[in-house]
Amino acid sequence: MSNSALLKSSLVKKYWMSATGLFLCLFLAGHLAGNLQLLISPENGARDAFNMYGKFMTTNIFVKVLSIVTYISILFHAIDGIILTIQNRRARPVRYVKETPSASSSWASRNMALLGTVMLVFIVLHMLAFWKRMHFGPIETYIAANGEELKDLYSITVLSFKDADNGLIVCMIYLVAMIAIAFHLMHGFQSAFQSVGIRHPKYTPLIKKVGYGFALLVPLLFAIIPFYIRFML
Amino acid sequence: MKLNLKIWRQKNREDKGKMVDYSIDHVSPDMSFLEMLDVLNEQLINKGDDPIAFDHDCREGICGMCSLFINGRAHGPNYGVTTCQLHMRSFKDGDTIFIEPWRAQAFPVIKDLAVDRSAFDRVIQAGGYVSANTGGAQDANCLPVPKENADKAFAAATCIGCGACVATCKNGSAMLFVSAKVSQLALLPQGKAEAQQRVLNMVAQMDAEGFGNCSNTGACEIECPKGISLENIARMNREFMKASILSEK
Ligand code: HEM
Ligand code: SF4
Ligand code: FES
Repeated sequence: MSNSALLKSSLVKKYWMSATGLFLCLFLAGHLAGNLQLLISPENGARDAFNMYGKFMTTNIFVKVLSIVTYISILFHAIDGIILTIQNRRARPVRYVKETPSASSSWASRNMALLGTVMLVFIVLHMLAFWKRMHFGPIETYIAANGEELKDLYSITVLSFKDADNGLIVCMIYLVAMIAIAFHLMHGFQSAFQSVGIRHPKYTPLIKKVGYGFALLVPLLFAIIPFYIRFML
Repeated sequence: MKLNLKIWRQKNREDKGKMVDYSIDHVSPDMSFLEMLDVLNEQLINKGDDPIAFDHDCREGICGMCSLFINGRAHGPNYGVTTCQLHMRSFKDGDTIFIEPWRAQAFPVIKDLAVDRSAFDRVIQAGGYVSANTGGAQDANCLPVPKENADKAFAAATCIGCGACVATCKNGSAMLFVSAKVSQLALLPQGKAEAQQRVLNMVAQMDAEGFGNCSNTGACEIECPKGISLENIARMNREFMKASILSEK
């Protein structure tokens, strides 16, 4: 019984959603810390700093292991989320003629799959634009101030947002995706604790506050970057 | 007052069913919602029509038989009450009221507004009990129970099995019901002995019945007429994790 329960049970699917979701929150925080270097002004060596960081992120063995865990987490989270959503739809084959769901639950909590799908599309676009070029090219290299040869991901990033034809659209895609992440996490962060049974009168209110803070602050800081580059650089 | 009613009519399990319009006059604000339906049914019977089937029993909010999704809400527009405790003063003259059965894969419609909730019984049969051998009752002081646990177990035990949690949940999930039934025993020494197998079996039965998964929207807790807390769902999540890892079976 317990063996099959560990694989098939509805509760276990949610344990995995929770674990992968919270791990991805850590990933977001780390990714943000790296990206904030794009706010350094070019005179202060933003290009070298960012590209050096890019080199570290693609060569360091510890980061490599972490990035593989991240890829697996995203895949697993998305597939598990889609399976849950399909099962949930099947559990209510005939819908109500009249529904007033806002009387009892938040919009975000009811639309996690929609928000997740928006994020998934964004993640694919985002990886095609930067990750693929960083790993497989085409990408130009140059000699940095310290004599090191670096791939110039910085210029690709800056150009994609400053591009006269598509730059504004790219910025808007980032904005939409960050709004989706904000809503996903406004429900998801605290939900992940409930899913594994972490609930306590002393700590749950704190978890909810931290969750809201994280859900608003992280996407906001991410979203500032493309607009800063486009309009301030 | 005069009301327009849109009521789900379905002859039997196989029938497709549809919403049918009725209008009813001279409704007293002091009537309960079910009494209003009784009056409508008498009028239908006098006309030679088939009366509307709906579930009810105690009509005092304790048995859990009454149901009804009223204007898009389980047990109607008020919080913390069953449909039998909902009164017509909660509506206005001229209102249109939608009345639908609980909707869930695991709760098939039997006729009109009556649904088959025996899936809940099978979840209970899977483990919602303590196997007590009868004999002389032992001294109560042999089983110390902290007051907090007694209160929490009692609060969980107030679940009347109405199914509003399933009806409200966008996923048709039975987590609130099952977790209340797991919790009321898990919190007490009498329930500890079989705690592992109980939670494993009840959750397995819940899944087998075709209830959905929990998205933690919290709608169940808000619409539950007995105010069963989400704390119970968290407790069941913990109990199940512990049991899946530690159980030797
Ligand atoms: C950086 C990206 C992401 C993060 C940080 C994240 C985080 C989370 C968290 C913390 C939860 C709550 C888990 C729980 O309730 O136990 C969650 C739920 C969910 N996520 Fe994500 N997620 C991300 C990407 C995605 C993607 C790409 C999808 C694509 C389908 C997705 C679909 C879902 C769904 C459907 C749920 C709700 C599952 C349910 O409760 O029914 N997420 N996410
Ligand atoms: S938990 Fe509440 S809504 Fe669900 S069956 Fe029990 S009393 Fe009804
Ligand atoms: S008829 Fe018993 S609770 Fe409503």
